[in-house]
Amino acid sequence: MTAAVEIDHLTVQFGLFTAVKDVSLQIRQGEFFSFLGPSGCGKTTILRAISGFQEPTQGAIRIGGQDMSGIGPNQRPTALIFQNLALFPLMTVAENIGYGLRVRGVAKAERDRKVDELLNLIALSDQGNKKIEELSGGQKQRVAIARALAVEPKVLLLDEPLSALDLKLRQHMRNELRAIQRRVGVTFIYITHDQGEALTMSDRIAVMNRGKIEQIGNGRDVYEHPQTSFVAAFVGENNGFTGTIKNVSGDQAEIETSIGRLVGMNKRSLAVGAKATLFVRPELMQFGAEGENKLSGMAADAAYEGMTTHLTMKASDGSSVVATLTGAPAREFPASGSPVSFAFSTRDAIILPA
Amino acid sequence: MLSSTGHPFIFLLPVLALLIFWVMAKFEPKPVGVTKKSFFQRNGTPVAIYLIVAVTFWALFMIVLPQLFMVEMSFRPKLPPVEMGGPKDLYTFENYHYFIYGSTTSSDAINWVHIKAFFLTILASLLVALFNFALCYPLAFYMAQVARPARVRFLLLLLIAPYWVNEILRAFAFRIIFSSGGLINKMLLGAGFVDQPIDFIGNDIALYAGLGYAYMLMMIFSLYNAIETLDHAQIEAARDLGAPWWHIHAFIVIPFAKPGIASGCTLVFMLSAGSLAAPLVLGGPRSLWFTPILYDRFFQAFNWPQGAAYAFILLLACVSFVLLVLRLGRLSLGEIAK
Ligand SMILES: Nc1ncnc2c1ncn2[C@@H]1O[C@H](COP(=O)(O)OP(=O)(O)OP(=O)(O)O)[C@@H](O)[C@H]1O
Ligand SMILES: [Mg+2]
Repeated sequence: MTAAVEIDHLTVQFGLFTAVKDVSLQIRQGEFFSFLGPSGCGKTTILRAISGFQEPTQGAIRIGGQDMSGIGPNQRPTALIFQNLALFPLMTVAENIGYGLRVRGVAKAERDRKVDELLNLIALSDQGNKKIEELSGGQKQRVAIARALAVEPKVLLLDEPLSALDLKLRQHMRNELRAIQRRVGVTFIYITHDQGEALTMSDRIAVMNRGKIEQIGNGRDVYEHPQTSFVAAFVGENNGFTGTIKNVSGDQAEIETSIGRLVGMNKRSLAVGAKATLFVRPELMQFGAEGENKLSGMAADAAYEGMTTHLTMKASDGSSVVATLTGAPAREFPASGSPVSFAFSTRDAIILPA
Repeated sequence: MLSSTGHPFIFLLPVLALLIFWVMAKFEPKPVGVTKKSFFQRNGTPVAIYLIVAVTFWALFMIVLPQLFMVEMSFRPKLPPVEMGGPKDLYTFENYHYFIYGSTTSSDAINWVHIKAFFLTILASLLVALFNFALCYPLAFYMAQVARPARVRFLLLLLIAPYWVNEILRAFAFRIIFSSGGLINKMLLGAGFVDQPIDFIGNDIALYAGLGYAYMLMMIFSLYNAIETLDHAQIEAARDLGAPWWHIHAFIVIPFAKPGIASGCTLVFMLSAGSLAAPLVLGGPRSLWFTPILYDRFFQAFNWPQGAAYAFILLLACVSFVLLVLRLGRLSLGEIAK
């Protein structure tokens, strides 16, 4: 099967600044694919290159196997949902949804039927005559999706569509978006800098940093098996200890850091002498227990969240180490200033090039 | 007939005018559900009183009263100064009568020359406004949505700089450019497009070009302001949904900019219809324009009451025309003043 979207050695430059550097990837038919990365890493630029608003400096975009160079945004089988939605304020909800069909010269009756169908899909059946300004944030969101789906795109591109919503609505819309995607079966390319959003919705995630793809994989891949330090630090919370590799044995390595020697899994087969960072997730950091790697210091700060507590320890070199406590320790965490010790097992620690 | 010595009448008229404006304001559509603090609460009592007094004074003495004196004068006969206020000074319609029927000594039953000039002026001003819109829209769109800020500043400077030159001087410059031995004719002759110089001035082309140019800035700024507030993502969204460029202009940009378009067109229309310098300088020997006729009433015929009547007719016609256009475009007066 040909890929829904193929990005082939894409580079985009603005003057001397390179916003996207040599990105290659394939997005499958019907996939929910996310780009995740910090602000300014080039996510929007990639999306604009796919939709045709941004001419690639180098490389090619193929949609359904067809090269898109020289094809304008109004001719591509993509539909873009803008960061601010960009609904037409002077048109009603129904007119907004029907706009793409009207442009294509679809007859009025057929258009109305299609618009009704879409209003149904987004659960706004009786609200077609409303003005845009009369809608709530979540409703506007759904109208934007319906407007984009009306033209039956092969690929739907979404640029941080939930960023303007409040937390509750954002979580609700995540489920809604995913449900709509399953129902219509269109390929979704989704942009976000919110890793929770990416992890819950996506089939696969591309983690980006400074215009480059760091790693592509499903949610568990990028969370549990990060390939680079950036991915380990950016996706979820993580404790990082930087140092030099002193010893390698089998799939494990020993690293000399400012708080002592630590042992972890040498996933990238680094050699002795290499600069590296060892990562341990806070939820894998054990409180008070004996383990293969021990850290001690002073309790500095505890963020109590009910089910869990994030306990921060100031280590001997002044750096902070966080452990997420559950169960009894979550309620009986030590007072600030008292001595504490953490431990983690070698299996739970990942060593990646610094 | 009423004696025209009843000046208190004039002071009653502002009250009437205020009443009319108040009624118009009442009927203006209002945003619902917005509760506002009172004027005094918002500004504090001293500032509020100052604003009310200052604005009332300004509106009354600078705008309303002088106009009303003119209106009143238009209903009075032309008399030598000694007889003013005398027994012959009675309110009369003779000045308006003159506009339609002409002088009693003329051979024509109807004052065709003035009536024709009047309607031609209205029609030509309308065409100037529309032509100006067609000319300025692409430029305003480019500045508001396409160009980078540095380019926009540069273009604005280019647009504004010519207006540092006095209006009459500009009109004369146009006359020189458009004359039979002028730059344009020289170029056309030199390029071999024509073998006789074109009489731009006799054909009123110079006049229309001059009028259009004189008020171009009004149109540009009105359009630029309106289009600038359109979110660029709207244009991209329409394009992304498959709209060709003309569809985006016709159904996204122009409806959005409608108030700005209306305000630009009405400004240019009103200013053209009331313009004096361009018709005087750029008009050909056979040109008919209403304002020079009006001017002659005052300073050639020394008939101020008649001039006032003519001015009032022009004002009334322009205002009614603009209100009609706004009604047709379903716009309120408040919207275009934004
Ligand atoms: N038209 C442009 N001209 C110059 N530089 C640009 C342009 N568009 C984007 N950039 C630069 O390219 C980089 C990537 O921008 P992009 O909009 O793709 O970021 P992003 O990942 O979408 O960020 P965010 O999460 O903040 O939306 C930024 O550093 C930005 O300053
Ligand atoms: Mg962005």
